[in-house]
Amino acid sequence: MTDTLTPVKKRSALTKGQLPKWAPYLVLGIALVLGAAVLALIGFNALGWGIVSAVFFAVGLVGWSAAVEGSRRAKDKLATCLVVGAFLIALLPLFSVIWTVLVNGLPGLTDPGFLSTSMNGVTGAYDNKSVEQGAPVVGGIFHALIGTVLITVLATVISVPVGLLTAVYLVEYGDDRPLARAITFFVDVMTGIPSIVAGLFAAAFFFAIVGPGTKTGAVAAVALSVLMIPVVVRSSEEMLKIVPNELREAAYALGVRKWRTILKVVIPTAISGIASGITLAIARVIGETAPILVTAGFATSINYNVFSGWMASLPTFIYTQILNPTSPSNPDPSSQRAWGAALVLIILVMLLNLGARLIARMFAPKTGR
Amino acid sequence: MSKRIDVKDLNVYYSKFLAVEDVNISIEPKSVTAFIGPSGCGKSTFLRTLNRMHEVIPGARVEGEVLLDGDNLYGPGVDPVTVRSQIGMVFQRPNPFPTMSIRDNVLAGVKLNNRKMSKGEADALVERSLRGANLWNEVKDRLAKPGSGLSGGQQQRLCIARAIAVEPQVILMDEPCSALDPISTLAIEDLINELKDDYTVVIVTHNMQQAARVSNKTAFFNIAGTGKPGRLIEYGDTHTIFSNPSVKATEDYVSGRFG
Repeated sequence: MTDTLTPVKKRSALTKGQLPKWAPYLVLGIALVLGAAVLALIGFNALGWGIVSAVFFAVGLVGWSAAVEGSRRAKDKLATCLVVGAFLIALLPLFSVIWTVLVNGLPGLTDPGFLSTSMNGVTGAYDNKSVEQGAPVVGGIFHALIGTVLITVLATVISVPVGLLTAVYLVEYGDDRPLARAITFFVDVMTGIPSIVAGLFAAAFFFAIVGPGTKTGAVAAVALSVLMIPVVVRSSEEMLKIVPNELREAAYALGVRKWRTILKVVIPTAISGIASGITLAIARVIGETAPILVTAGFATSINYNVFSGWMASLPTFIYTQILNPTSPSNPDPSSQRAWGAALVLIILVMLLNLGARLIARMFAPKTGR
Repeated sequence: MSKRIDVKDLNVYYSKFLAVEDVNISIEPKSVTAFIGPSGCGKSTFLRTLNRMHEVIPGARVEGEVLLDGDNLYGPGVDPVTVRSQIGMVFQRPNPFPTMSIRDNVLAGVKLNNRKMSKGEADALVERSLRGANLWNEVKDRLAKPGSGLSGGQQQRLCIARAIAVEPQVILMDEPCSALDPISTLAIEDLINELKDDYTVVIVTHNMQQAARVSNKTAFFNIAGTGKPGRLIEYGDTHTIFSNPSVKATEDYVSGRFG
């Protein structure tokens, strides 16, 4: 055996100076200590500590890297620091919101009867008693939950056929005709409509055709549809567009009519994307407050009929509980209920998003290897 | 179960652009006819006019007559859907329906048209079509699996099975082997040889050896220059076209001097 095979540790001619693997951790430790020291001089707080340490960390690591590894690696480290920093900044509000709602909402949510009772007959006297004598907080969000579910389901029932058929027209029959271009333009405009305007439109529309003061769940559903339809059109259109033309031609070549091709080939191929787009559109409107307030009012009792009577919903429930507490002198029980409702709303939206992913996976064309 | 095609004075347009000019050709039943020619000379465009797939493209239109056993495909009141159910087509890239199983892909022509069929009949049709496409032995144990899980060559044979399941008179093939490896190509060529016993087969190919191997008659298309329309230069027995063509351009093309 020649000694070329012996594992003599020799620096490869292809490498330059390199920072040791533990370098970032060392710099992080030093940055944290330095940051704490600087903050101690001007008064300590956690947010400032994080920011100052992050700046120290970036400067230290990039400077060290520039000295040892050269400018290209240093720029790489700088870019990494910026990207990770931006990521953390983006996550901060998200976690902060979830944390705040969890902490404030859990007492309300775990309150017995919170999900199964309404606010019917709950007066300020009960709230005063619970604050002054420690009695349990009564009242719940059942009526609001029912309202939200019914209004959203009705809005979906209205928007999905309209939106999906519009998308089918745009992609399969539009051919860049003036009508198709006009529809695309107006859908874009509709996407930007402020939600309160959609609410006022629905309210005015029903005032005109049914009678003044018509406030029902159905009016709210129409308002939400105005917000939902453009989202459904846009997402369905994108999904239908990416169905390969070859599949349409394959169906035509078998002597299949166009409408059957669309119904049996194009839509099934795109259904996973369409379904998840619809779910995200629902998640988008389920938290709307203003349009529901002007169209369905707010109720304290359970109302299963979307076509008559005012209806509560989770966002309007939160809004009224915070703005007009049930007991003006002791608003704490009301705000506890509001936070609980907020937590339920966030859980609903999360479930919808999870549902969208599940649907997308369930309907996705199988590769079957 | 095969019909002849006669094309008379056919001009093919994309909006105002004349893509193929003045084609006259007679395609014999129960034979294989190959279209060869350089890229962009209009052979695929012309092929697509034979089952009215050309007009699927916005702005595309046709002047002239295409007669299927004497009936003009472009006559007034002719439903393109009827035409396409009699003249099937296989495309350049295998395109099985991704949402359907192998079995459903074969039955697509029947099922998508909502024709009622008993399970026994359907099973028999699936087996007959897959056997006809030389695919039965490879997939008979996994008919319920998605068609997109097959190899490229198998997918292309699945598409051929799908085309023959609707029992057409004519099968058009637009470069059916250009996306396949030599072994799958051989399998398809063997299949074409068997198909001509029952069907009229028209195939577009860039591969001149393939045209020489599989076809009875060959048509050579050429183009005078970019922007000019494609034309049918010469049409005759494959043997004649390849060994003793009468036009200089054909000889240059088949001997590999251009294109």
